[in-house]
Amino acid sequence: MAANYIESMANRTVERPASGESRARQLAARLPSLTYVLAAGLLLASIALPYWNMTLLAPQYPGGLYVRVFVNRMTGDDDPVLDEVREIDNLNHYIGMRPLAEAAQFERSIAVPALLLLAGLLVVAAFWRRRWGWLLVVPPLLFPIVFLADMAYWLNNFGQNLDPYAPFSSAIQPFTPPILGEGLVGQFRTIAALDTGWFLATAGSLLILAGLVTTLVQARRGHPGRGAA
Amino acid sequence: MKTHVSRFSLALTVIAVIVTAFFTSTLRPGSGATAQGPDWQTIAQQRGLTEEDLRAAAMTYTPSGMLDEFILFASGGQSGQVLVIGVPSMRLLRTIAVFTPEPWQGYGYGAMEEVLAGGNIGDQQALWGDSHHPALSETGGLYDGQWLFINDKANGRIAVIDLRDFETKQIVKNPLFLNDHGGAFVTPNTEYVIEGGQYAMPLGGAYAPISDYESAYRGLVTFWAFDRQTGRIDPSRSFALELPPYWQDLCDAGKLVSEGWIFCNSFNTELATGGIEKGNPPFEAGASRGTTDFLHIINLKAAEQVFQSGQTVEINGMQVIPLDVAVQNNLLYFTPEPRSPHGVDVAPQGDFIVISGKLDPHVSIYSWARIQAAIAAGPAETDAYGVPILALEDVLEAQVEVGLGPLHTQFDDQGYAYTSLFLDTAVARWSMGAEGYRPQDGWTLQGTIPVQYNIGHLVVAGGDTIAPDGRYLVALNKWSVDRFNNLGPLLPQNFQLIDISQPGSQMQLLYDMPITAAEPHYSQIIRADRLNAWEVYPEVGWDPITQSVDPNAVAPGTEGITRDGNHVTVRMTAVRSHFNPEHVEIQAGDHVTWTITSLERARDATHGFAIPYYGINLSLEPGETVTFEFEATQPGVFSYYCTEFCSALHLEMAGYMLVQPQ
Repeated sequence: MAANYIESMANRTVERPASGESRARQLAARLPSLTYVLAAGLLLASIALPYWNMTLLAPQYPGGLYVRVFVNRMTGDDDPVLDEVREIDNLNHYIGMRPLAEAAQFERSIAVPALLLLAGLLVVAAFWRRRWGWLLVVPPLLFPIVFLADMAYWLNNFGQNLDPYAPFSSAIQPFTPPILGEGLVGQFRTIAALDTGWFLATAGSLLILAGLVTTLVQARRGHPGRGAA
Repeated sequence: MKTHVSRFSLALTVIAVIVTAFFTSTLRPGSGATAQGPDWQTIAQQRGLTEEDLRAAAMTYTPSGMLDEFILFASGGQSGQVLVIGVPSMRLLRTIAVFTPEPWQGYGYGAMEEVLAGGNIGDQQALWGDSHHPALSETGGLYDGQWLFINDKANGRIAVIDLRDFETKQIVKNPLFLNDHGGAFVTPNTEYVIEGGQYAMPLGGAYAPISDYESAYRGLVTFWAFDRQTGRIDPSRSFALELPPYWQDLCDAGKLVSEGWIFCNSFNTELATGGIEKGNPPFEAGASRGTTDFLHIINLKAAEQVFQSGQTVEINGMQVIPLDVAVQNNLLYFTPEPRSPHGVDVAPQGDFIVISGKLDPHVSIYSWARIQAAIAAGPAETDAYGVPILALEDVLEAQVEVGLGPLHTQFDDQGYAYTSLFLDTAVARWSMGAEGYRPQDGWTLQGTIPVQYNIGHLVVAGGDTIAPDGRYLVALNKWSVDRFNNLGPLLPQNFQLIDISQPGSQMQLLYDMPITAAEPHYSQIIRADRLNAWEVYPEVGWDPITQSVDPNAVAPGTEGITRDGNHVTVRMTAVRSHFNPEHVEIQAGDHVTWTITSLERARDATHGFAIPYYGINLSLEPGETVTFEFEATQPGVFSYYCTEFCSALHLEMAGYMLVQPQ
């Protein structure tokens, strides 16, 4: 019943191919729905995975320190004893950096509902194939870039706004930690890298892109009535 | 010859590494520079090192970051401490404060005072101990790496050390006896910690003139029940056994076939009472007149039943099985042993007991099977106190002439036994001629290796367990004479590491380690992988005495000072690099209760905390909570500070306690 309804919704915009058309065209017509749903799944799965991580190496921390950033939280590694985020905060207070928990508080608070919304948009776009329906997939498509841009903003914001009265303020000037690759803060070498959650979201974006391109190409080829609908 | 060459080349490689490390650190500190200067052969030649020296270096040299395969626990003698040493590097890794207050560990200077107070003798504080024999806890006759016990000969006390944090948790004072020697030894599953006595005396601190020695003075062995759940000795389940006034010496617990039995030796069965100033023979002569003393054979399982059935008398709160009850219940047997022995050591399979009379050149090997048969047959005679005596010829399995002044015996994994020779200042290796050891070699001396000098105890890795690890032996030498640079008339002891991995007479001296913290007696060596210590305390707010989170621990944000009458409570946190609060304003006459919680979680991020004048110095290991109390008697300004260089802002980790005059 529901399937028929969705089918009929879909048929409003993309006509069922004529019986003479090739199977490839049939497949292409269904591809966007498939990729959008898959992308929604990837996006939802990425909530549970880290998007970005940083390793801090210093002579007196032979095992290094490690922080993982998820869309809604930050953790260290799985060390049951050492809270690495707190340890990093503890070290950061010497250079006057604010506690990491103060970064991106708003973004982290809305991250989970926002990703649910983005996934919802993808599902709607999969089956609601109106003329401007493709616009729905643009926000989820751009999410990985938006995440990185926000990361970069906060890294810069934290690095540049050091407490001028901090103990090491004369030795360590405000700086911008690199969002990817190596940096140096005091005796710490930092290595920032993208993590599995971000890669999942990006794989989702590539799927969305494939679906989107398919839709647009189809629209351009031979569905003359659509522009006037 | 082939293995000889490869061994040599290994040694050369190690020397090359030493040279590399040396030049790396001296010429280019902190850099990864390669070795410069003369090559290793030249250096070896210049320093006069032989091929044997290079082999010893290869076996012991431990480059930075390499960990030791074994850990040695040594008593700290008169320092009242325990020393923890890595083997084969022979590096001192840790000192554990036990019977003596020790500021670095914050032991007895505001913290851990209740542990020390457990060893008080009535109202008398005992501020030092003569720690003698460490005993690692055992499960199934093997070291389990969980607990360490040690006795204080001077004051008749036993301490319990928790090997999760290597700190002393309990000291119990024997209420019956002034001193002890035959402790600490554990039963194969650590049900009991054995504490043998030493110098006979009236039990329970009573007075009796020395002329009443035979009637009023007594010997003693105490069985302290250990509760693994609480990690404490439970005095209410512990009991003692009254013994004739022979000077009981070392003990050992039976194992496997002899499990449930205890063996203690003795000297002065002559009942000498000394009095050189009165023209009597001195103890050293009077206590050595007889040709034999008595090995005590104690049925602990049966004694436990007698204790539980209530056939005891209570003295100073301790249940004691009287000597006559022990005899009636067949708890105690004697058999002659070469006079003035100093060691009684049960072989790995529990089937033989080895005793060395230090004035006799033999080790005497007693057979457990023969002892059981002799007990079953019924002993023919008794001593003056009615204790049955098993005839020596019925129980002796073998004697091996090993040399002069044999003291203690340990065992290895190849069926050899090792006996320290005090007078010969050597270690004798002899083969155990029985099935399961080296029946092919018989009971024979295999060889001796000189040690420098005057060896007391010796220790083989796992050498008193049911499955010795062997490979390494450490000789605990009393004298070092010429082994180290002359730094005045008080000389260090000398721990010598010996390679015993090769069979027959082959043994090689590898390393000399000076011990400058008093005179260690006995040691035990455990495989490092059997230890499982915490890296930091499991949770913030940890109380090391209860080994749980202190409900009174200070959470960040709850710091502060509160007053109730003249009782001030200070609640403080410590984290790199500040204490909070930094001002503690109180009034003279206040009673202060001060709690500090370290919020640190990073390994090795330890803080100290000192209040000068008030005698406070703490060690705050990551996560630890300490509470101390004092009367603020002295008005003035007292800066408190972190005594452990914790961070770059360590000197700034300070505050002021302002004690306003009334």
